[in-house]
Amino acid sequence: MRQRLVMIGNGMAGVSFVEQLLKLNPKRFDVTIIGAEPYPNYNRIMLSSVLAGDAKMQDIILNDWDWYKENHITLHTGETVTSIDPAAKAVLTDKGASIPYDELVLATGSLPFMLPLPGAEKEGVIAFRDIKDCETMIETAKHYRKAIVIGGGLLGLEAASGLLHLNMEVSVVHKHAHIMERQLDSTASRMLQEELERQGIRFLLQQQSDAVLGDSRVSGLRFKDGTEEAADLIVMAVGIRPNIQLARESGIQVNQGIVVDDYMQTNVPNIYAVGECAEHRETLYGLVAPLYEQGAILAKKLAGVAVDGYKGSVVSTKLKVSGVHVFSAGRYADGPGTKALRVQDDLEGVYKKIVFENGKVVGAVMFGDTIESSKVYAAIRSGEDYSGREKEILFGGAGASGGGRAVSEADLAAAMSGDEIVCGCNGVAKETIVTAIMEQGCVSIGEIKACTKASGSCGTCKPVVEAILAATIGFDQVAVVKEGICGCTTLTRDAVVEAIRRMRLTTTKEVMHVLEWNNPEGCSKCRPALNYYIGMLYPEDHEDELESRFVNERNHANIQKDGTFSVVPRIYGGVTTPGDLKKIASVAEKYNVPLVKITGGQRIDLLGVKKEDLPNVWKDLDMPSGYAYGKALRTVKTCVGNTFCRFGTQDAIKMGIDLEKKFERLNTPSKVKLAVSGCPRNCAEATIKDLGVVAIDGGWELYVAGNGGMRVRAADLLTKVKTEEEVLEWTGAYLQYYRETANFGERTSEWSMRVGLDTIKAALANQADRDALNERIDVTLGRTQDPWKQIVENDDLRSAFEALTAPVSPEAAASKESGESNKRGGREG
Amino acid sequence: MNEIIIGHLSEFPERRSRVVRLGSLELAVFKQTGGTVTAIENRCPHKGGKLSEGIVCGSHVYCPLHDWKISLNDGLVQAPDDGCVQTFPVYIDESGNVVLRIELSESKVS
Repeated sequence: MRQRLVMIGNGMAGVSFVEQLLKLNPKRFDVTIIGAEPYPNYNRIMLSSVLAGDAKMQDIILNDWDWYKENHITLHTGETVTSIDPAAKAVLTDKGASIPYDELVLATGSLPFMLPLPGAEKEGVIAFRDIKDCETMIETAKHYRKAIVIGGGLLGLEAASGLLHLNMEVSVVHKHAHIMERQLDSTASRMLQEELERQGIRFLLQQQSDAVLGDSRVSGLRFKDGTEEAADLIVMAVGIRPNIQLARESGIQVNQGIVVDDYMQTNVPNIYAVGECAEHRETLYGLVAPLYEQGAILAKKLAGVAVDGYKGSVVSTKLKVSGVHVFSAGRYADGPGTKALRVQDDLEGVYKKIVFENGKVVGAVMFGDTIESSKVYAAIRSGEDYSGREKEILFGGAGASGGGRAVSEADLAAAMSGDEIVCGCNGVAKETIVTAIMEQGCVSIGEIKACTKASGSCGTCKPVVEAILAATIGFDQVAVVKEGICGCTTLTRDAVVEAIRRMRLTTTKEVMHVLEWNNPEGCSKCRPALNYYIGMLYPEDHEDELESRFVNERNHANIQKDGTFSVVPRIYGGVTTPGDLKKIASVAEKYNVPLVKITGGQRIDLLGVKKEDLPNVWKDLDMPSGYAYGKALRTVKTCVGNTFCRFGTQDAIKMGIDLEKKFERLNTPSKVKLAVSGCPRNCAEATIKDLGVVAIDGGWELYVAGNGGMRVRAADLLTKVKTEEEVLEWTGAYLQYYRETANFGERTSEWSMRVGLDTIKAALANQADRDALNERIDVTLGRTQDPWKQIVENDDLRSAFEALTAPVSPEAAASKESGESNKRGGREG
Repeated sequence: MNEIIIGHLSEFPERRSRVVRLGSLELAVFKQTGGTVTAIENRCPHKGGKLSEGIVCGSHVYCPLHDWKISLNDGLVQAPDDGCVQTFPVYIDESGNVVLRIELSESKVS
């Protein structure tokens, strides 16, 4: 019979405790979690990253809904516990439920402290605590400009930085003379303030708020000295207080927080508390690392595993503001009996102060360069004696000779002892990471994060984790690891494609999220690649992502150095008519096309067309797109063949036109050029094409993987066939095999050299295999449409080619109000 | 400082941009994921590439000509390249209009 474990609170500390409990003893309890917020457990620390635009809401979910399901946890969200009945061993909720427990854990966290100022209830006055606050800020920034953050501590500065990134003007009001005065000494505080001012934050120091001004919505803040500051939004970030009301009303002993012993037990049997709401040895903690430590101890206790009690934690602080590195831990102030090692470099903006007492590190402050922070933090926790070699902590073994140069991450990682904590948030030691690499085969940051949680919370230890990875699997392997498809991932093309297939991922966003890209929206290299791979795998369902296409493929024209475009209509097989030539000529005249050129691929290029003119040019041309801009089938070059030529053995022109008509509009990993020559004299230069067809008496030779570009390569003979149908069949199979196995951006010549001609030949040798490949390529080909026609006929698509032109006369532009009736400028057409 | 309505939020596709011309000044106005709208001069400091045509990733755009990476928030060119593009403040008013704040002298209005 399982026992019933009920937890009140669904935040980081509580859920981390449940995770550890389930790992230690998954069968002992039926777990019920009751949370007031309507979300699964998310990473509250990352809210500032969401504000700064470095992460999305969905990126910060730590345990998604499925996790609760898979672990058979009953979850009540948007529900609040109103009372605890210790005698009946049950909790009552605001929805009228009575939930019985055998063991009860309070993980109620804390509440933001709101200054009781007159007017504080006005609209636009908020805290910075949860997703809702975050959403309010993002929404407010869309409509308003001026924000005040009250509180110059950690939370206040992160909120201010976030609002700045949302393009608001931000002033930070602080009652002390120095910001972050609880974590930083005056030197570090001043350097931090200067850096944040450089980024654009204003500071109003030694100011005490007196009243919030405004009608229903806030319009400003008045200070005790009578001065006022305008504001459309006021964020109070003056501190938090433990959420202990429920415990107090239920007869559980509280002081500042819920009082617990070394095993996180309250004075009431079977009731425990962890996290920000718990007070241990008269200390409250508000940072994630000690809260996880508490959860670990309670998990062991409830799982029935022997455990030493909680002894309290040394806390360290890092500020998550982009471009700013700040670290603080322990007792950093000078005192009787302490000596400090100081490094100050105003040129580089670096300041470090390490405080020693009897040779042991007791505290530190760092600004500008925090690379040694985990080493320093470990030294504080271990209490190691550095007598006589104090300087080693900053300068390494040769430190006595001085010099302020920081050690590299690699040196640091190598010098770390196994039990040294790398990830302070999740308490992950170096040896845990090394074990994950050696025994679980982790080869990327993402995998290490998944296995150990290292770098999974605030992420500041990522460089060190990377260095440990590099040091552990060796230089050679690092090269392999780095061969990810771009800097956003360490996964190879094959791993990515396999994952898309296996998990049936359907958008680039989903791929980047599930495979833990280190840039949430990827980069200019991976986004087009992912869009191609998904489209290749799921031709029927994939919705092409225009925003993940390179400019030329998005606009269906080739961008030129001056921002104009070139237009190349299809001229199948290089065969045109007087009528088409006249049409092209009149379009060139009508739109003042500055340059008309015959291309190397037997067609006509109109260069220097303005973007706004593109849809009209296409409309007037009324010819299909030649795809001269795409990773797609480009031209099929032909010679005259036996139609007129006295040497011609086959109808090369018809063969070329048939190929072009069948495979036009096909997206491929890189551009593909074809050619058909009517005899071995090879006037169409078929043997330097991605696929070249050369007519011989009574049949055709198929050449593949040639290239006439950067690295000239003669094509290899793939096979000889007798009929035109066979040419089409082999070409289809070959192109599809290339589409399915090449890296995005890889020409057939590079691809063939990489996978080997024999592999390609073997893949195409059997009729059944060729049929299967053709079946798949036909699905893709069956769904293509001419893009120019689509854009000409669709107003939404067309509008993306038009510029917005605002009114330019001073009268029209002078004020927004006067332009009310004529809000939008006319469009150019 | 003048305020000019340059369009409606609905006219700006996400992770894409619209070009806005003000006299001889050309701006690229981007809508990032989540709806943040930012405006920068439509000219890469490298070879003058049209940033409006770049791929948008988070709060950065990659120039279509030579792949320089530029912050949409502060206009700074990202390492290893170096440089800066002028940015212009933009906000969304209560009816969803995208409003550009600009000194008229900046618009090179002739």
